[in-house]
Formats: sequence, structure tokens, C-alpha cells
Amino acid sequence: MRFLPFILRNALRSKRRTVLTILSIVVSLFLFCTLRTVITSLDASLRMTDTTRLVVRRSTSLTFFMPLSYKDRLAQIPGVEAVSWSDWFGGVYIDERHFFPQFAVDPKGYIPMYPEYDIEPPGAPDTFQRERTACIVGEKLAKRYGFRVGQQITLKGQIFPGTWDFTVRGIAHSHSPDLDTNFMLINWDYLNQRTGNLGVVGVYVVKISDPSRAGEIAKTIDATFANSPAETKTETEKAFQLGFITMLGNIQTVIVAIGTVIVIAIILVSMNTMMMAARERTREIAILKALGFTNRAVLGLVLAESLLISLAGGVLGTGLARTVFSLTDFNAGGFFSSFIVTWGTVARAIAIAAFLGLVSGVVPAWNAARLKVVDALRHAG
Amino acid sequence: MAIPLMYNVRNLTVRRTATLMTAGGIGLVVAILILTLALAHGFRATLVATGREDNVLLIRAGSNAEVQSGIDRAAASVIETDPGVLQVAGGMPLVDRESVVLTNLTRRGGGSSNIVVRGVNERVLELRPDVRIVQGRFYRPGTDEIIVGEPIARRFVGCGLGDHLRFGARDFDVVGIFSADGGGFESEVWGDAETLMPLFDRRSYSSLTVRLADPAGFESMKKRLESDPRLRVDVYRERAYYDAQSTGVATVIRVVGVFLVIVMATGAVFGALNTMYAAVGARTREIGTMLALGFTPREIQMSFMAESVLLCLVGGVLGCILALPIHGMSTGTTNWQTFSEVAFQFRITPQILVIGLAASLVLGLIGGYFPARNAARRTISEALREG
Repeated sequence: MRFLPFILRNALRSKRRTVLTILSIVVSLFLFCTLRTVITSLDASLRMTDTTRLVVRRSTSLTFFMPLSYKDRLAQIPGVEAVSWSDWFGGVYIDERHFFPQFAVDPKGYIPMYPEYDIEPPGAPDTFQRERTACIVGEKLAKRYGFRVGQQITLKGQIFPGTWDFTVRGIAHSHSPDLDTNFMLINWDYLNQRTGNLGVVGVYVVKISDPSRAGEIAKTIDATFANSPAETKTETEKAFQLGFITMLGNIQTVIVAIGTVIVIAIILVSMNTMMMAARERTREIAILKALGFTNRAVLGLVLAESLLISLAGGVLGTGLARTVFSLTDFNAGGFFSSFIVTWGTVARAIAIAAFLGLVSGVVPAWNAARLKVVDALRHAG
Repeated sequence: MAIPLMYNVRNLTVRRTATLMTAGGIGLVVAILILTLALAHGFRATLVATGREDNVLLIRAGSNAEVQSGIDRAAASVIETDPGVLQVAGGMPLVDRESVVLTNLTRRGGGSSNIVVRGVNERVLELRPDVRIVQGRFYRPGTDEIIVGEPIARRFVGCGLGDHLRFGARDFDVVGIFSADGGGFESEVWGDAETLMPLFDRRSYSSLTVRLADPAGFESMKKRLESDPRLRVDVYRERAYYDAQSTGVATVIRVVGVFLVIVMATGAVFGALNTMYAAVGARTREIGTMLALGFTPREIQMSFMAESVLLCLVGGVLGCILALPIHGMSTGTTNWQTFSEVAFQFRITPQILVIGLAASLVLGLIGGYFPARNAARRTISEALREG
């Protein structure tokens, strides 16, 4: 520890170089944190799913409808507590760039299915049931466009043609930042009425009493509708959500690959710097040794300097990532429900920085330790 | 007289480790740049290659994509009699009435994705000559037979030749595998529209594709059909339609890629700056000598700039070499504009390589500018004394 001032002075002697090295580490670890947060954010939204809810859809694909009559048959299946339904509305607000999901939902049973959301003002769920053109918007969406209770929202239907006007009657708040509130709920009865009682149900949401029986109940549901014109596929909410993520292809592999490349690139850059720093100081190291510093002490000094520089970069880089994303409330246009750099990611980034410091310091430190005083003084003289 | 470039080449080879490490860092940045560009280009190229300039696609007004569209039989008959449609032997219009639905299939190796199942008519091969059967044969109209695009057959369960796919309550035999010269149709499953439509409970077609009698007749046909009160359709050139479908995902890939590259490049520039500052620092005495020999500060600055650019170009070339093996590798993702799978390949074009090299050149200029200016500011006496 008593060498710390010495190490600091050494590190700061060529300020420009040290700053440049720290900056390159900052940038790389910032990137590392960003990439890893993509993965943890997707995982977090999966963790928020409820194990007592199953999602029933057409086996062919989500784009097909199921008859409304399924709701009574689903309710009769043993283990099923409640049944509700929704449909993807697919309307456009202003233009295509202003995308957010809208779901036409069963006005009575849907909201009670999701107790993890609070709807404000208190009477909103009742108004939503009574008023055909009522809608409920999530907190984040309301914030994005400044929607207030009582405001009109006009959507242009793409799947269901026409112009659709809705009045905001409630704002949905979630209990956790990882729960998405970038959505809009509209009254399914209104959609059904305007489309000539087509009875379009995209998915049924089924509440079950015992999560451990989820697999068995899902099988029973699918067997009930097997060989009918509208066969079903029933999954847990988590599996259903995971389905969307896998559609993107193998992003996890891509992210891990890019992360690895970044780490290799910074190792190259910082190792190079440490080697340059040590080379320039050949003579000093020789003097230290002539003064009686042991090989181990010299090795320690060089290694400690490199460790110090990369840890400084690591702390700054992760700190930057944490602050930037939390201050800007970044969510990639609603793609992520939350984008928070977790402490796990911070710990990993710091560990990478430490590893980096060791790897890039080890060659110059080894060289310094092996240095022969006579050669060094003669050579550098 | 400029300082010979050989001086810089020699310097770079003498400091071999530092050169290789810096160039390696730059190379990795360039490689990532090339990969993301190749990904975006491959995606786009696939969708653009899907359409023909002289084919016209019609969908319901305001529906934006085929999956959401509907054109009933009466409207289809009106469209077929339009004078702008090419007539083939026997006065038959060259038209394909198509139904497009999505089906969720399982990827080999896990996960699932939505695949387009396109109901077509027998005229389709005439209309889309790029589509060729590469294995097996074309489906027989009116039977439970389908054909599958090559990448889908390779990547999805139950899509190989001789396999069965279940739609609704019926099993369909895969009797053929087709290719479409890398176009987006390869990501689809094709069958007889009249067999598939009742099964998917579709009463109307999703789209009509017609061949123009005269490629220049598009505008007049568009005006005629879009203003026809019986129809309510949007009329697109087939190529423009598919091109528009590709913009969303291609833009996302490019934006994410550019973000990654800019951040990585910033890191790499710091590395290059370090190396060049060290190069200048180690050669203070040489700089003094060159000044004494009569080289101007400007020439010395140019020389160090050239060295930096050379260093980064080595990195650029390295990056190109690193990235090249990925060319032609196939992958797939969901196109959010159509909610369906598109299989495509990484495509590295000469332009993309040039962009990669240009990026390394820019990095070299930035990384060299400050150290070189630093070198040029030395005076003879100071430089010779310090060294």
C-alpha cells in the first residue's frame, strides 16, 4: 500500500497516454454493459410473467382467430378458474413510426386477470366496461405522448379498416419497472360490433389455480379442440413471450460474439499501451532494482499500475452506462419494458476490467522483473 | 521533397508488436462494421430480389401488407380484365390470385417463427420465372401437396422433401423444394390457393399479382384501378412493394450496427493515438535530424500522418480478411413489417469492403493528426537535445 502514491505518479506521468487508455476502456466497457443489458432486460420481462396464466392461441399462428364460443368450453375444463380474451388491433397512431401495441380486450374479465397493474382513476375499470369507445393506456405510453384522462386518440385500422376514435378513461401503472406499460387497451365489444360480430378472438388468457398443473391443463385444452376447424396451442405466459424473442433469430449468440470481439479489441489496445509505458521506463526500472527492489516488487509495481488504469476505466465505463440509460429512460422505442444496467452486469464489467489489467500488465511486468540491471542501464544510457 | 514512404514502412516493421496490436484493434472494428453492413445488405437484397419491375401487386387499400389485405372474387375479376394486363396464349390474362396466411413452424434446433403460406395458381411460374423447382416436383392443383422454399426446408422441422405439414386439420405432403434466386419467396411455403383458402377459412384473396402488357403502362393502370369505386385497392410495382417491406428491419440493423461501430471506433482511435504518440516520442531525435537535413515541419507532419494511415489501413485489410468468411452464411429473422420469417445471407459486396477500408483510413487520419502536429512543432535544438 505504501507504494500507491508511487504507482499513481507513474500512471499519471504520461497523462495523455493514461487518459487515452482509460477512455478506450471506458468506451468498450460501456458497450459491454449495453449489450449485456439487452440480454438481462429481455430476461427480466420473461421473469415478470405469471405462472398461473396460460395463453391459448390458434395452432396455425397468432394471426388466426378462435370462435368466441371457446370461452365457455375453456371455463369448464377442470383447474381453470377464469377465462378472458384479447385480440391484436394493429392500428396506426399518426403514422407508422409511432408504433405501440393495442389490444382489444374483453372489457369485463381482462383487467382482473392482471392484478399486477393498478388502473387510475379508481372508477376506470367500470367506465371501461360501460363505454364502448373507452380505452386504457399504460403509464409509459401516456408519458410518451402526454395522454391524459379524457383525451381523444384516433387510430387508423390496418387489420380492421377505418378510422377509430377512443377516449382515454384510465392509466395503467405497473408494480415493477420490468413490467411493460407501453400499451393501449380498447374495448373488444366495440371492435366486435363494428366488424359485424365476427367474434374475432386472437388469444384466450386462462387463469389456473395450481401452477404445477399448467402442463397437464394445457394438454387438456389442446385435446378439447383437436380436430376442430380451429385447433389450439396452449402455453404458459412465459413460453408465449419467449416465442416472440426467438422469432428475432439467435440474438443471444450475436451479442455474445460481439461482446467477445470488443473485449479482445480492448485487450489489444491496453496491452499495447502498458508495453509502451514499460519500455520507456527500462532505465528507471533498472535504477529501482539497483536500489534494492526485488524482482517481485518490480513485477508488482508494473502490474498494479496496469490494474489501476483498467479498473479506473471499468468503473467509469459502467458508471457511465448506468447513469446514461437511467437518466434518458432509454427503451429502444418501446422494445424493452425497462433497460436497467443490473448490478450483476456492473460486477461482470469490473471483473473484465480487472482481468484486462492483469493480462495487459503481465508481459511488461514479467519483462521488467527479468531485466538485468547492467544491460538496462547500458542500453538505455 | 517528401520524406520517402519507405521510412514509415520500416518504422512500422521495426515496432512489430505495437503495429500488430493497434492494427488488430482497428481490424476488429472494421470487421464488425463490415458484418453489420453485410447483414443489412443481405436482408435488403433478398427482399428487393423478390419483385419484378414489370409485375404489379394489388392489395386492399390501406392494408400495407399482404397478410392484412383482402380482395374478393368479384374485384379480382374486374382487375383481370384491365387493359394494362398482359394477355398470353388464348387471350388469358397473366394473373396470379394469391392467398397469404402465416403459420407458426418450429425451427430445427429450437424456437419457432411465422412462415408465409402462399396459395398460388398454376400461372405463378410464368409470372415469376426466377422460381425453379430444385428437388422433387411442382404441386398438383387440387391435391394436398405443397412445395417449400430451400432455406425453409433446411431450417424448419417438417419441411423437408417427403415430410408432412399440418394445416388446419389436414396433412400436406411436401413434394418439391424450390429456389427463387435468393429472393424472399424462398422463405415461403406454396400450395394451391383454391385448396388452402377454405382450410384457413379465407373467402377472399390476399393479393393479386399481374404482369404489365407494357412496362411503361404502370402509372395509367395505377390511376385506373385505384380510382375504380368497385375495388378499393392499392397498386404497387412488385419490386417497390417488397423494397418497402425491407426498410424497417434493414434500418434497425444499420442503426444498431452504426452505434456499435461508432462506439468501438472511438475506443480504437484512442489506441491509435497512443501508438502514434509513442512513435513520435520515441523518435524525437530522428525528427531533429530530419529538420536539420532540411525537411520542413509540414513534410514531417505529412510523414507521420502517412504512417498512421498506413498502420490503420493494415488494420482495415486485416478486418476485411477477418470478415470475409462470413459471406454467404445464411441466417433468418422475423420481418416485423410482415410478421413473418425471412431467410437471407450475409452479403459482402466490393462497396462494403471499400467502406470498411475507408473507415480505417478515417481512423488513421484522426489517430495520426494530433501526434503528427505534435511532431511538426518541434524545433531542431529542442528535438536534438531531448533525444
